[in-house]
Amino acid sequence: MAARVLVGVKRVIDYAVKIRVKPDNTGVVTDGVKHSMNPFCEIAVEEAVRLKEKKLVKEVVAVSCGPQQVQETIRTALAMGADRGIHVEVSGKDYDTLGPLQVSKILAALAKKEEASLVILGKQAIDDDCNQTGQMTAALLDWPQGTFASEVTIDGDKIKVIREIDGGLETIKINMPAVVTADLRLNTPRYATLPNIMKAKKKKIASVKPGELGVDLTSRLEVLRVEEPAQRQAGVKVETVEDLVGKLKEAGRI
Amino acid sequence: MAATAALCRLSRLGSYSFKRSRGLIFNRVQSRGIAACIDPSIGLTDEQKEFQKVAFDFAANEMAPHMAEWDQNEMFPVETMRKAAQLGFGGIYVQPEVGGSGLSRLDTSIIFEALSTGCASTTAYISIHNMCAWMIDTFGSNELREKFCPDLCSMEKFASYCLTEPGSGSDAASLLTNAKLQGDHYVLNGSKAFISGGGDTDVYVVMCRTGGKGPKGISCVVVEKGTPGLSFGKKEKKVGWNSQPTRAVIFEDCAVPVTNRLGVEGQGFNIAMKGLNGGRINIASCSLGAAHASVQLARDHLCIRKQFGETLSNSQFLQFKLAEMATRLVASRLMVRQAAVALQEDRPDAVALCSMAKLFATDECFSICNQALQMHGGYGYLKDYAVQQFVRDIRVHQILEGTNEVMRMIIARNLLTES
Repeated sequence: MAARVLVGVKRVIDYAVKIRVKPDNTGVVTDGVKHSMNPFCEIAVEEAVRLKEKKLVKEVVAVSCGPQQVQETIRTALAMGADRGIHVEVSGKDYDTLGPLQVSKILAALAKKEEASLVILGKQAIDDDCNQTGQMTAALLDWPQGTFASEVTIDGDKIKVIREIDGGLETIKINMPAVVTADLRLNTPRYATLPNIMKAKKKKIASVKPGELGVDLTSRLEVLRVEEPAQRQAGVKVETVEDLVGKLKEAGRI
Repeated sequence: MAATAALCRLSRLGSYSFKRSRGLIFNRVQSRGIAACIDPSIGLTDEQKEFQKVAFDFAANEMAPHMAEWDQNEMFPVETMRKAAQLGFGGIYVQPEVGGSGLSRLDTSIIFEALSTGCASTTAYISIHNMCAWMIDTFGSNELREKFCPDLCSMEKFASYCLTEPGSGSDAASLLTNAKLQGDHYVLNGSKAFISGGGDTDVYVVMCRTGGKGPKGISCVVVEKGTPGLSFGKKEKKVGWNSQPTRAVIFEDCAVPVTNRLGVEGQGFNIAMKGLNGGRINIASCSLGAAHASVQLARDHLCIRKQFGETLSNSQFLQFKLAEMATRLVASRLMVRQAAVALQEDRPDAVALCSMAKLFATDECFSICNQALQMHGGYGYLKDYAVQQFVRDIRVHQILEGTNEVMRMIIARNLLTES
């Protein structure tokens, strides 16, 4: 029986907020903006808690990387049923350049340290839409991966994952330990109940620094510029088909 | 929870025509507390923010999509309320040992304010139910508490608060419903008016006269539906609060065990008023939620609607009006939360503060919702748009749980009584 599941949760700008680009075009305004748990991470936590309720796993550990505020996100995971949390302290410049490569190194180190048999992540974060962390973590650990999962079944020491792919659904069987990333239709996350929120206060969140895990946070990427998508230009009405062809030729489209 | 549900809904909305989807969009993708200065999570502890988040998510997913239907079809949303009870909303300030959540009055206010953004009428009923559960928990014998509170907290059973009569509203202490002691039973005769949930609920907390005239002759008993002699009037047709039935409750030689009495004989009026102190904060909180949702709706409308070549949000008059609405909303919220803290700390000024908060918040929030409707222009008058329902639903908050005129009486008494 799989003992421990590691679930990664990311604190992102709330999906309903209207994003604004910073005046210096270095990024997006985050100060004073409402943040919450990445929706796909919610689905990942829900799946992990359901596995625990089915008694297929013994312990669910929620992990988040970032400054002090990510503890809110870990607490939400605890209120949903995770047993304990790990806060990997990353702040300042390091946090600005924190990307999938760094996070997957951290998760790989933690998975080994905590002797986890399963790592469940959201398929992507809604702020950067990278869709890389799960795959990179599996590669660093040399574990099999079941990404875009819409159904997960544990069968002994193997996992059957039904994946959402372009053509439809693909069913694979992978050995544990493994990494699974959650897609939208995997489950519907539960509401935390008031008693669970209060119980979550007593659950432990351990703090750890990336250095202690032997992880180097230097980024290989440099963000040059962030801008809004181009404003949609007005179209032009034409009278005849010849005019249309003429205009398209002018614009160099044909 | 709200995020994934909303993502699913947004992808499906693309198939609707633009005109219909405007109304649906206004109803659904709303009230995440985004606009910075009116964000209701400012100043809260992390734990309170968690409570608030659950309540907001529940309101957005389980209540807001149905609030129009519940209003139009006058449906009492039993299943949805039971879902809310599963999260702990059935007995928020009832003690955990009988199934409650054991939270503070401030936590309760925050939760009702958030729930109300989904449906003010249903949230108001949930708050009345909570008030009754608290009264039994606080003043009932252990047998009564264990008999009723767990079922009330899970909303297996629903409760109603019965004080008002056809002849005694503001002058509540002059109530006439009689309770004559016969052996080990009280026999009740009389009728109650305007009872929220009446006829559909299971447990009735009834203030009745066991002694002489005035408040000191009133006791409080719990009457169960199905007791012989308990019947109900016709369902009232109301301007708002249509997701909860309102009926007269009639007692004709209705025998109730003496053991169903809360507290001692003559304590009933006191119990009723103590229940109402919290009830007033709850009702004011429901008004806050409705006003918050209305300000969000008005703001969104101003950014979309164009007249005279530009969006309404460029009109200085409307900008100033919106600013005034936001300012009064935050002022009301502060009053309500302060009153909640005073009540949970049992401060001597708590009663007056609760009255002030109820008076101020219900009046201001109704005005805010009304102005939000005005900003929508003709669309505000259509039932496709949520703002009119908020206006209709919270209008009654200025009347019940003590009219705003009675609130003034209480405050004046506090000021003019020599201590």
